[in-house]
Amino acid sequence: MPDATYAVEMRDITKRFPGVLANDHVNFGAQAGEVHALLGENGAGKSTLMNVLCGLYRPEAGAILIDGQPVHFHSPRDAIQSGVGMVHQHFMLVQSQSVAENVFLGVRNASFSLRSQQMAAAVQKIGDQYGLPVDPNAKIWQLSVGEQQRVEIIKILYRGARILVLDEPTAVLTPQESEMLFQTLRAMKNDGKTIIFISHKLEEVISIADNVTVLRAGKVAATTPAKGMTKAQLASLMVGRQVFFQFDKAPAKLGEVRLALAGVEAQDDKFLPALRGVSLEVRSGEIVGIAGVAGNGQRELAETVTGLRKLTAGKITVAGRDVTGSPPLVMIDAGIAYVPEDRHHTGTAPNLSVAENLALKAYRKPPIGHGALIAPDAMQTSAVDLIRAFDISTPGPQTPARKLSGGNLQKVILAREISAEPQVLIAASPTRGLDIGATESVRKLLLAQRDEGAAILLISEDLDEIFAISDRIVVMYEGSIMGEFPTAEAEIGQVGLLMAGGEHGAHASAV
Amino acid sequence: MDLSFFVVLLAAGIRYGTGTLFATIGEIFAERAGVLNVGIEGMMLMGAVTAYGAAYYTGNPWLGLLVALIVGGVMALLHAFVTITLRADQVVSGLALTLLGAGLSAVIGAPLVEVRDAPQLPAFPIPGLAQIPILGPIFFDHNVIVYIGLLAAPIAWWYIYRTRPGMELRAIGEYPAAADVLGIAVIRQRYLYVIFGGMLAGLGGAALSLAITPLWVEGMTAGQGWIALGLVIFASWNPLRAALGAYLFGAIGRLPLDLQNLPLFLANPQLGYFARMLPYLFVILLMIISARGNMRRRIGAPAALGQPYVREERGA
Ligand SMILES: Nc1ncnc2c1ncn2[C@@H]1O[C@H](COP(=O)(O)OP(=O)(O)OP(=O)(O)O)[C@@H](O)[C@H]1O
Ligand SMILES: [Mg+2]
Repeated sequence: MPDATYAVEMRDITKRFPGVLANDHVNFGAQAGEVHALLGENGAGKSTLMNVLCGLYRPEAGAILIDGQPVHFHSPRDAIQSGVGMVHQHFMLVQSQSVAENVFLGVRNASFSLRSQQMAAAVQKIGDQYGLPVDPNAKIWQLSVGEQQRVEIIKILYRGARILVLDEPTAVLTPQESEMLFQTLRAMKNDGKTIIFISHKLEEVISIADNVTVLRAGKVAATTPAKGMTKAQLASLMVGRQVFFQFDKAPAKLGEVRLALAGVEAQDDKFLPALRGVSLEVRSGEIVGIAGVAGNGQRELAETVTGLRKLTAGKITVAGRDVTGSPPLVMIDAGIAYVPEDRHHTGTAPNLSVAENLALKAYRKPPIGHGALIAPDAMQTSAVDLIRAFDISTPGPQTPARKLSGGNLQKVILAREISAEPQVLIAASPTRGLDIGATESVRKLLLAQRDEGAAILLISEDLDEIFAISDRIVVMYEGSIMGEFPTAEAEIGQVGLLMAGGEHGAHASAV
Repeated sequence: MDLSFFVVLLAAGIRYGTGTLFATIGEIFAERAGVLNVGIEGMMLMGAVTAYGAAYYTGNPWLGLLVALIVGGVMALLHAFVTITLRADQVVSGLALTLLGAGLSAVIGAPLVEVRDAPQLPAFPIPGLAQIPILGPIFFDHNVIVYIGLLAAPIAWWYIYRTRPGMELRAIGEYPAAADVLGIAVIRQRYLYVIFGGMLAGLGGAALSLAITPLWVEGMTAGQGWIALGLVIFASWNPLRAALGAYLFGAIGRLPLDLQNLPLFLANPQLGYFARMLPYLFVILLMIISARGNMRRRIGAPAALGQPYVREERGA
């Protein structure tokens, strides 16, 4: 039997959720000492397949073989015992506990009363062995996203996993952190471990993977060696059509200053300083990208500018009008539009219809709003127009927003915000977690807005995105601005270093 | 007011706070596991009445204690089934439990109201220690149940923060999915801790009827079950702080008895009613103060408190 060479094999896996066939007779195999990438659009069924492998989901049909032996997983414990470990798309870490406690959670042969020093030493040892530096006694909430990911990897290594699944591990990392992760993965691969790697970033897939399996709508579209594949080939396998990566980005036509912050300070939810003297300007016709690792004040910046968070010092001007400390409604009237980070709860009302979500800003004024009354016909007409103009794929305007995929939900928000013809558009991680096709269309929409003269503040942890569409890059670290570069002169390594709090380089011009 | 006034007040605080303390520690365990049980008052009442009845009919107060543990556990099991397995709203189920306990205890207890001589748990001044000035009367001259309470708080603290099962307990209330992917049986553990919490609430009730105010009257807990809910928040889910809160509550509850002999109170008897409000007011104040403090120190409720866990349901 040739398949016996697979360290892990999944045969004819079928998994159904109410109304969705998430995996449809999927076949998948990976050998020891192999890095196997799993690709696919949003909702293609990648996470579902891997959740089946790690014992969390029970498939309707299909078989799993480890080293050629059939296994039956009833719970994650069974999978752990067979050597399967997974780093989930949303980290599975208990925020209030320490690194060592998280690693030892659920370990049966640990002593009844905790021995924190021994636990810390064990964590340290694995960290040293695989190049995963992290303080074993730190609490999870004190750690950066990159460090949290290291904890997740140490967790599965401690359990002796031979088959490691990483679900979109690089989505939130700086370039340096990604490089460190890849070195760890190479070390584990040389150790004879099997690594299954999910990502939407095709360059890194081509550089690190040995083989690639592409899922499309729950089915396997292709399995091929990664060597020799191009980005465009992989993308068209995923989407089923041609995808273009180059934007014809016209040079920015700079206009007047639309948004100006002077010495803005604000606190986070714990009343600790989150913004420390932030000053910046965004002009009409340009996209300014705020680069930074999550949790360095980006969310507070967006909330302060949109009036959702009180500022403790400084001044905000929108199109020449002083709006310091104004509530959101005044900010909206001044011409601020906001595409928030959390598209499911802050960005939309999930149980309202698509039409209602599209009208959440326009309902105050005619033609939709008439005093206290709403004109349903006008709302319907405008929704149909926007759905067509922004190419939103939805069963209809009356569908509840929560049923839309991430990409289409994001288009609903953009349609609502852009159709208000804003002076300033704040976009926070607008393509986080979106697949290539959806990312492409969101970026195009933002560029089109810029060309029409909007001032756009793009806040993103994804450096590729910042480099792809912004005209100027501002780096934030611990609430301060570390440096500012025109995109054309910026270097990705330099920006990554500043994001991690490194010193200003030679060509970084501090503001 | 001299030193002896405070010694008497503190000793009384420890005595009167013991019932609340058991209930509070029990609720800490349930909430740490992610399940809110607002039915403490009902479980305490049932514990109090069944313990008193069992002690009276068998002549053995320890059997009464055992019965109260079982009754509290069974009532909590009901809550666990409704909220964990059927995933009904935890507040509604807990309120139902309170009403059930209040009504049922009144019915069961009707023949016991006239009984004044059921056997009590023994008082036990610890030889040697009880004679120490100041500390002796405060800590070492009590009923046995009071000592059990004094020991329960540090043991519970040690269990929650310093043992492997305690670590798992904290994890399942904070992020059950994370515990589940590591092979911890979330549902089973939630059941166990909710039942354990109910047993302690029953024990708290028994402490009242068998030792602290040894008799049975309808509604004798006088809201202590609700106070326990507030103390859990004040305590930041930490049993040692719970002990501090419960004993302070006990002391302030005793205050009206001491105050009523002061000339001011003798002249204005209506002031006594206000004095009896003090302990409840005190708990509200504690909560206001601790809520602000907790926010600053980033200590909060277990993150998954009140949320049922289903493995294949989409989380955050
Ligand atoms: N627990 C669940 N309950 C209901 N439906 C689910 C659940 N998990 C996934 N689905 C559905 O199954 C399909 C596949 O989802 P899955 O999360 O596997 O996609 P994915 O390929 O990982 O996408 P992404 O790139 O967005 O992470 C989607 O339509 C999704 O809505
Ligand atoms: Mg996924």
